[in-house]
Amino acid sequence: MDKGLELRDVRIEKDGSALIALDARIGSGEVLTVMGPSGVGKSTLLSFITGTLAPGFSASGRVILDGLDITDLPAHRRRVGILFQDDLLFPHLSVGQNLAFGLRAGGNRDARQAKIESALAEVGLEGFAGRDPATLSGGQKARVSLMRMLLSEPCVLLLDEAFSRLDAVLRDQVREMVFARARARALPILMVTHDAEDARAAGGQVVTLGPTSG
Amino acid sequence: MVRGKGLLRLVPALTVLAMLGPVAAGLLGALGPALGHLPAAGLSAPPLTPLTAVLSTPGIDRSIRLSVTTGLAATALALGTVTLLLAGWTGSRAFGLLQRALSPLLAVPHAAAAFGLAFLIAPSGWLARIVSPWATGWQVPPDILILHDPWGASLVAGLVTKEVPFLLLMSLAALRQVDAARSRAVALSLGYGPVMGWIIGVFPRLYAQIRMPVYVVLTYAMSVVDMALVLGPTTPPPLSVQIVTWMSAPALEMRMQAAAGALLQLALVLATLALWWLGERVVARLGRRWVTAGRRAPAVEPLRWLGLAAASIVAMTVLAGIAVMMLWSVAYVWRFPAALPGALSGAVWIRQGPVLSSTLAETMWIASASTAMALVLVLGCLEAEQRYRLRLSGRGLWLLYLPLVIPQTAFLPGLQALLIDAGIGAGQIPVILAHLVFVLPYVFLSLGDPYRAWDARLGTIAATLGAGPNRVLWRVRLPMLLGPVLTAAAVGLAVSVGQYLPTLLIGGGRVMTLTTEALALSSGGDRRVIAAFGLMQTLAALLPFALAIGVPAVVWRHRKGLAHG
Repeated sequence: MDKGLELRDVRIEKDGSALIALDARIGSGEVLTVMGPSGVGKSTLLSFITGTLAPGFSASGRVILDGLDITDLPAHRRRVGILFQDDLLFPHLSVGQNLAFGLRAGGNRDARQAKIESALAEVGLEGFAGRDPATLSGGQKARVSLMRMLLSEPCVLLLDEAFSRLDAVLRDQVREMVFARARARALPILMVTHDAEDARAAGGQVVTLGPTSG
Repeated sequence: MVRGKGLLRLVPALTVLAMLGPVAAGLLGALGPALGHLPAAGLSAPPLTPLTAVLSTPGIDRSIRLSVTTGLAATALALGTVTLLLAGWTGSRAFGLLQRALSPLLAVPHAAAAFGLAFLIAPSGWLARIVSPWATGWQVPPDILILHDPWGASLVAGLVTKEVPFLLLMSLAALRQVDAARSRAVALSLGYGPVMGWIIGVFPRLYAQIRMPVYVVLTYAMSVVDMALVLGPTTPPPLSVQIVTWMSAPALEMRMQAAAGALLQLALVLATLALWWLGERVVARLGRRWVTAGRRAPAVEPLRWLGLAAASIVAMTVLAGIAVMMLWSVAYVWRFPAALPGALSGAVWIRQGPVLSSTLAETMWIASASTAMALVLVLGCLEAEQRYRLRLSGRGLWLLYLPLVIPQTAFLPGLQALLIDAGIGAGQIPVILAHLVFVLPYVFLSLGDPYRAWDARLGTIAATLGAGPNRVLWRVRLPMLLGPVLTAAAVGLAVSVGQYLPTLLIGGGRVMTLTTEALALSSGGDRRVIAAFGLMQTLAALLPFALAIGVPAVVWRHRKGLAHG
């Protein structure tokens, strides 16, 4: 079976005019960076892959994940993980409950609890399970958000300007941590960014989208 | 894609049916009797007989005129007060105070507000007592007609106290979509005063947003029954009260007359709305001419004090009304002109306790049932809108406002006739469904904006974590929206608690709520009992709001991220 994410002749239109055309393959542990100015449709590409394309957009082409065509699956069956520029932790759940929400179903209570504890330990947040997410620092939130996503055992990682809200020092740390955790799980990564530093750090191939008229 | 989607897809249609079905049925149901055809009672008459009977009723011309004048006056005064208050005081401390005072007052039922006002301004009311005898020399209540005055001034005053908070809250919600602060800053920099700058720069856009609420106010003010019974003219009464009198008459022929009156009321409201609409055009044209002339009109600025004074009087009137009801409900001896009761007693509360509690129970059961149905339908509509792009409330929200701009007195008589025709007896279930017609739009208007403003990326995140649409709804969206959902429920409960006419007509006298009971007592004239029922009614409407604020604060006390959501 072909591991990785394949975008087969993907074309996205907005209200009838062409926005994006992309044909790409990302193997296990590889990174593809999509760059371009804001408004060019980078995030739209990701929402096509997650299955949450907004009304007004139409798309053609196929999304193949680990050999499986997920184009027509509902969002929650696709096993696509995504991180946005905001941490988007659920504010009504504790840190531990946020992680439990992500953790795939199955296992008894103790086993699940142990997985959550070890996920927190993996990013240096032991003992944080009972905390209110609103009391965490920006870097801590980013780490919880990453682990919540990884606990859902996705087959691909999408990064939607995931580091652009963090200050310079924190950005390097978080970026390094995300790439390291993804590589450890041999996940393909599709990153959209407008920051050249992100692309350099990722090290993989770079696609630059421009206004389609040009 | 999703199990059960068929059901969810049906919800918008079901909602429209629940909201507009009774209105349409009622209007159609009035046609037959209005044209002299009432087979259920074995009656028939030449088609024009009922209308002729209506028009030959003594004083009917005055009744019609009263409906129009009180409606227009109350709407214009309420809108003027809100406009001047917003223009002169937005962002000030005084405004913040007034806003906090007025918001809960929106929940005070119309009937309770009317009783409170009556207890204040009647010749033997609190105001006269406070200034007597030292300032007036009155040892007995003066013989002047204040309540039920023939011009409807007291009725207009009562309506204004209720409609100012309503229009203010609708305006505050709309202002978030209008770039008010910066528009005014620009106007100020161009040399306009704050009031004129606001009226020119902000008001036109604000008015476009609150036009439907203004129409609701006009319709309501023209066709109100409960307030008119307490405060309005009696000989002759406004048209709406006249219609209800015909409806309650023992002779069944009067039902035909009532139906004809209902259609007349509808035509009258539509014509007045058209008149108002024309007025909007004229004002807009004058405004454009004014702007073109570039007049700064500094003389307008002092009017802000008028706005502040009017809004303060409104707030104090409702609060003082509640206070005087409290006093009366525990007054043992309270002779004129004493400013306070001579002796206090809990006798009324004890004597009326059993009736009060059973009426409260029936009121809350009807309110909870209609509100629960409304919440399910509204949440279903909003979910269907988000999942399948089935948008019920598109441009202008006119569908939601439709049941609110058709006067109750226009369609309830026909609906009652239909129910009798169909052999469906009066009772709680029809009353609950009739309340739903009015509860639904308000719940929708209250919940729609916060529901749509919820960050959809949270839904995307939850879905990519493997949560299906139902799990996203129950585990993420609804818990996060606990506050807005409870507020919408409180709005629904308050609307239901305040309903008079649907309860009276559709309940056929067998369903007693705090509102119908209080108004039934009002003709008896025992202030202590009326006060107890009025207070109970106010409490039944206000407590849910307190819970809607308190419950999320307790449930989410360890979740700072939801403190202001």
